[in-house]
Amino acid sequence: MTDALEHLVLPRYPRPEGLHPPLDYPDYRSTALRHPKQPLIEVPQTLSELTGPLLGHDRVGELDHDLTRQHPEEPQGQRIIVYGKVLESGGRPVPDTLVEIWQANAGGRYRHQGDQHPSPLDPNFTGLGRCVTDREGNYKFITIQPGAYPWGNHPNAWRPAHIHFSLFGRQFTQRLVTQMYFPGDPLFPFDPIFNSVRDPKARERMISRFDLDTTVPDWALAFQWDIVLRGPDETPPDVD
Amino acid sequence: MALIQTPSQTVGPYFAIGLPWEDGPDVVPPSTPGSFWIRGTVFDGMGEAIPDALIETWQADPNGRFDHPDDPRGAVAGFRGFGRSAADSQGLYGIRTVKPGPVPYNDGRLQAPHLVVSVFSRGLLDRVTTRIYFGDEEAANAADPVLAAVPAERRDTLIAKPTAEGYHLDIYVQGPNETVFFAV
Repeated sequence: MTDALEHLVLPRYPRPEGLHPPLDYPDYRSTALRHPKQPLIEVPQTLSELTGPLLGHDRVGELDHDLTRQHPEEPQGQRIIVYGKVLESGGRPVPDTLVEIWQANAGGRYRHQGDQHPSPLDPNFTGLGRCVTDREGNYKFITIQPGAYPWGNHPNAWRPAHIHFSLFGRQFTQRLVTQMYFPGDPLFPFDPIFNSVRDPKARERMISRFDLDTTVPDWALAFQWDIVLRGPDETPPDVD
Repeated sequence: MALIQTPSQTVGPYFAIGLPWEDGPDVVPPSTPGSFWIRGTVFDGMGEAIPDALIETWQADPNGRFDHPDDPRGAVAGFRGFGRSAADSQGLYGIRTVKPGPVPYNDGRLQAPHLVVSVFSRGLLDRVTTRIYFGDEEAANAADPVLAAVPAERRDTLIAKPTAEGYHLDIYVQGPNETVFFAV
C-alpha cells in the first residue's frame, strides 16, 4: 500500500467561519502593523497540514502541572484547580496532547523583563505549567488565581484575569493558542482582546465555570474549562 | 451537533515565560549529519523587526514520511518534525533541521520539499500560517501544486535562499513584501 497514493483519501478539517478574531482589529492597537493585508490564499489541506507533532509525556516534568510547587515555598494568592477536557468539535476527546500554560502572579505581574508595572514579583511563582491530556482528554493544573493586569493599549487599560493556553491537538490544523478567563469578570466589557471574538457564544467558550464540586475544602477553589479544537467535517469517510 | 470551538487569542508579549524550549529549534538533534539552519527575521508593516514573535515549523522526514498515525503510508517513528523558535531581540528566528522529502499532494502528485509554518506574536489575534520552500529545488518548486496557487510575483516570499549555514527566509506579516499566508 506504500505507493497507493492515488487512493489517498484524507479527512477535511474545515476552518470555522466567523469564530476566530479578525486579524485587523483596531481596538487592539498592536494589530495595526501586524496583520496581513493581502487575502489568505486558499489551498487544500494536504498530508502536511493533516499531521502534526505528537509531543507527549517526555516533555513534561513531575511538577510541571502544579504551579504552586515549583519553588521552595508556595506562591501568594488564591489557590485554584483548573481542569477540563480537550475535545474536537464533534465531541471526541483529544488524548495524549501537550497543554502549555503561562500566567501572571496574584498581583497581575508577569515574570518577564517586559512587565515592569509596580506590582511585586513573587519569588515563589514562575507562572509556567505543562501537562499532557489523559486517554479521555482530561487535563488538570493547580495554580493561583492570576490578577488583572494593566497594559498600554488605551488610557487606564486593564486585562481581565486570564491564563494563556497553548494546544497542539493531533495535527497542524488543530493548533490553538488562546486565553482562559474567569466567570463574572467586571473587566470583560472594556477588554479589546476578549471582545475581538465577535460571536458572543464563542466568547463564552473562553470563560471557565466555577465548580463547587471540585473545590477542595480548606484548600482550593476550582474552575472547569473545556477546550474545543477543530474537528473533521461531518461527512462520513469512504469505507471499504 | 458540533460543539462551538474555542476561539484563538493572541500569545501576547509574555509567551517567553511558557513556550520556548531549550531544544525548540532542533527539529533534528544538533549532531545530525547534513543538518542546517533556516534563519530569518520577522518584520511588521513598517519594516521593523518583531522581537515578540514565535515561529513553529512542521515537516516530513528526508523520505517524505511523517511520524504520525494518520500518515496513510504508515507512521515512521522517531522523527520529531517540529521546530519552535522564539524570535530574539532583533526579530531573528532559527530552526535547525534537514530537508524534508517530497510529500504527496491529494491527487497523488508530489509536493516540493517544504515546511508548514505558524507565526504567532503580540498583535496577532490568531496565528498566521505559511510555508517554507527551498531555493535550490527549482524543478520541484516549479511543479508544486501549492506554489502554483500563489500569484507568481509573490512566490519568492515562500522560498528560502541557500546560505553558507543553510537557508534564509524573512517573514513579513505586512507591507510591500508581505509573506504569502494560507487559509489552512
